[in-house]
Amino acid sequence: MVRVLKLELKGITKRFGSLLANDHIDVVVEPGQIHCLLGENGAGKSTLMNVLYGLYEPTDGEILIDGKPVTFRGPGDAMAAGIGMVHQHFMLVPVFTVAENVALGAEATKAGGFLNLDDTRRKIKEISDRYGFDVDPDALVEDLPVGVQQRVEIIKALVRDAKVLILDEPTAVLTPQDTDELLDIMRQLKSGGTSIVFISHKLREVKAVSDTITVIRRGKVVGTAAPGASTTELASMMVGRSVSLTLDKEPARPQETTFEVKDLTVIAPSGQHVVDGISFDIARGEILAVAGVQGNGQTELTEAILGLQERVHGSILLDGKELLGRSVKEVLQAGVGFVPEDRKVDGLIGTFSIAENLVLDLYDQSPFAKGIGMSPAKVLENATSRIGEFDIRTPSGSLAAGTLSGGNQQKVVMARELSRPLRLFIASQPTRGVDVGSIEFLHRRIVAERDNGTPVMIVSTELDEVMELADRIAVLYKGKLVGIVPAGTSRDVLGLMMAGLSPDDAAHADRAHHDGSLDDGPSPEPSTSRAEGGDHD
Amino acid sequence: MTEKHKHVADNHSKKTAKSSGTDDSGNATNAADAPAPAEDTAAAVSLDTAGGAMGPSAVPVSAQSGTLPGGPDTLLRKIFTGSGMVSLLAVLLALVLGGLLIASTDERVGATATYLFARPTDFLLAVWNAATGSYVALFQGSVFNPRGNTAAAQFAPFMETLTIATPLITAGLGVALAFRAGLFNIGAQGQIIMAGILAAWVGFALHLPLGLHLLLVLAAGVIGGAIWGGLVGYLKARTGAHEVILTIMFNYIALYFLRYLLNTPAFQRPGETNPISPILDPTAVYPQILGTQYRLHLGFILAIAATVLVWWLLNRSTIGFEFRAVGANPKAALTAGINVPRATILVMALAGALAGMSGVAQVAGTEKVLTDGVAATYGFDAITVALLGRSTPWGTFAAGLLFGAFRAGAVQMQIQTGTPIDIVLVVQSLIVLFIAAPPLVRALFGLNPRRKKTATAGKSTAAAITGGAA
Repeated sequence: MVRVLKLELKGITKRFGSLLANDHIDVVVEPGQIHCLLGENGAGKSTLMNVLYGLYEPTDGEILIDGKPVTFRGPGDAMAAGIGMVHQHFMLVPVFTVAENVALGAEATKAGGFLNLDDTRRKIKEISDRYGFDVDPDALVEDLPVGVQQRVEIIKALVRDAKVLILDEPTAVLTPQDTDELLDIMRQLKSGGTSIVFISHKLREVKAVSDTITVIRRGKVVGTAAPGASTTELASMMVGRSVSLTLDKEPARPQETTFEVKDLTVIAPSGQHVVDGISFDIARGEILAVAGVQGNGQTELTEAILGLQERVHGSILLDGKELLGRSVKEVLQAGVGFVPEDRKVDGLIGTFSIAENLVLDLYDQSPFAKGIGMSPAKVLENATSRIGEFDIRTPSGSLAAGTLSGGNQQKVVMARELSRPLRLFIASQPTRGVDVGSIEFLHRRIVAERDNGTPVMIVSTELDEVMELADRIAVLYKGKLVGIVPAGTSRDVLGLMMAGLSPDDAAHADRAHHDGSLDDGPSPEPSTSRAEGGDHD
Repeated sequence: MTEKHKHVADNHSKKTAKSSGTDDSGNATNAADAPAPAEDTAAAVSLDTAGGAMGPSAVPVSAQSGTLPGGPDTLLRKIFTGSGMVSLLAVLLALVLGGLLIASTDERVGATATYLFARPTDFLLAVWNAATGSYVALFQGSVFNPRGNTAAAQFAPFMETLTIATPLITAGLGVALAFRAGLFNIGAQGQIIMAGILAAWVGFALHLPLGLHLLLVLAAGVIGGAIWGGLVGYLKARTGAHEVILTIMFNYIALYFLRYLLNTPAFQRPGETNPISPILDPTAVYPQILGTQYRLHLGFILAIAATVLVWWLLNRSTIGFEFRAVGANPKAALTAGINVPRATILVMALAGALAGMSGVAQVAGTEKVLTDGVAATYGFDAITVALLGRSTPWGTFAAGLLFGAFRAGAVQMQIQTGTPIDIVLVVQSLIVLFIAAPPLVRALFGLNPRRKKTATAGKSTAAAITGGAA
């Protein structure tokens, strides 16, 4: 019943002017396989897929389907040939229903030109049932969680009979939980006969789901690997040098406690208590990592400390002084360094120069300003030294920050925040969307700040990162503090805590789990799904 | 969806245009990153995609989230802050089209068109003569009149241009400044009117010594404009009301308030039934800086000073840094400790103050009385001027001069060649039209690099074809 399709890319070369984005890339996607393209941001994965999807015309090389060469003049051709693509950012109309979105571009009409969505609805139901998508065709897309929106995108491709599905960085926008569900869906699609090209730079996901891994670096295929290859091996291939994925850090030497949060409650405009009676403290020279699935109050917690939240109760003490009720500027001046979770929205101004971004919260202070006059020379001077110190890869500090890669943008934010004497350092998602090479660097800087004797608070939804950096781990669930556990706590216990179990219950359930009484079905990487998807149990 | 694709395509084209342009630093980037050949694409991709966030650099990923975190519409911002080259070409193109329009209404062109195929040269010559004739007259009416008897008379048109440009420049600066802080100030008209009311009243109702009187007139006008603008900023900062709606409504309030005042004894000229105020005291008006033969007054010098001040404010002061930060990314500005409400109020007050200078230039400079036409259409033309000037201080200054020249020369053009004054309005409108559609201008002048064109084409096709399926 299912037409299988073998897809070959032969010697694909794509040149943008002097820029060689793809250099004679050969990839063969066998029918019914999950083929992963692994590479850092900017390695040329997306360009390759845009060539395959007919968005770019290759400079050289050919695409073969079942051995026959084909030319795609646009996505229409690619779709007709059975190739579907789910972009990292969804191409959905938020105010349309699922069915309307799926029908868009191929709308069926009744007599008189009226839209006929019944057929589409039926198909959505069918696909949704077959793969357990749980998507309501009549729901408005804007009301759906991100994970479900992604499924709508997948349905869109499947309705159009895609035999090869390209998923471009599909997990970048997902929580660990949604990621696990997506990986399950990918396995189901595979067993249903759909081949998948999975683009990612996240090693664990790649290892969990791929049949074949092709590693791309700087526009070239540098090798293929089996999913069994070690993470270190894959990372080295990806980056082109050996990367240490584990951080060598000295044990913490906590000094006196200077940062204290007591009974902190943040009330959202909806009236919901998004942070609910949280108390914790951080000592100088210690890293407290706040773990939790995205959306459990982490954002509001950090924003409350910085003074960005309106309705906050409780107390936030830094060096014995109350921070609550102070303006952001006052909080920053009290010595709080803050790396926001989304650098593009909160951390940087893309149209400003790198130099200007490096003084974004220091612009009115000496030596950058005297009175209301600013000194561009001083700003640029500062940039030059920060660029060197933080290894920001740019030819000049006067370029717009938006031109930098994600990792370098994050370095700008980090450099700015670490460039003044701090009494507290808060970093939210410090390495989200950052390439492997930069992660290592950023982690070292965070640990260095700790060793300087600054209390450090890290908020991360990446359990790896939490375990890597933390001296203590606080887990948030639905705005409440589930518990604070020591650094050595196992991934499994943390995963269960992220699902709301108290530390004791989690430890208990984990022991039971290891006895086999709570087995949650087949999975190539059981530890991953257990750890990050506690809700499945 | 098509919209989004279009954005992506636009963005892509913009990027490529930038790196392929004269921009050495762009090439330097590529060169420096040579080992990573996909860097440029990567940047484009990462900008498109990062975290559902709004691309800070004019990357309208905002289309995805459905909100516009960048304050003003990103497209609007692009139009207001695009390249000066496009401005220049837009003016050129508008003049050419305006010329054709002039020719089409010309009698001789009509006559020669009847035997177009017999002797096409007659027709073409007639077209050329009609267009150039009008433009020469426009030039003579706005810059230099060779028929003048004295040097003074020859340069009179240019002085007139500067005079008319004065209120355009200051009001344009007000619009431009607000725009740099992400606010679309439609309210220059109302701000000019309120400034005019206060300045005129101080000018005719109070009788003070020379110097002090004019100073007070200026202060009253500037403060009047600042309050009228600042009020909008205050309402926006405190209640979240949209400044476009507010400023439009404030324009009406100001206009009808003025009309009401002109019918009250306090403002109406004694013994006069028309709505016109007494003439301002001689101590209250701007001195004519180049003697009495020209209308050019001190206001123009102040307009130059205002341009310098706004340039300094935007580029060299902490206040300007805040304005620009708030305009480019209000959320990042907030996170960096910038007081966004305060910046909003302050920038609107400053914008109002600048527009207020236009009001003063009108009542104390050119008109010397207050009528309900005190602002003419300067407040609205100011938006166009800021647009043409790309919201930069000196760009706005130059655009103000150009529009001043159009207005000054239009009269002469009608007298000399019978070309209707309205043609100038058409040219002005065409300029705006072309500026609002930079891709059109670039395409007409072949500025789109070829490789980039294909990429764009590919993407747009994608937009059309993918419809729902991307």
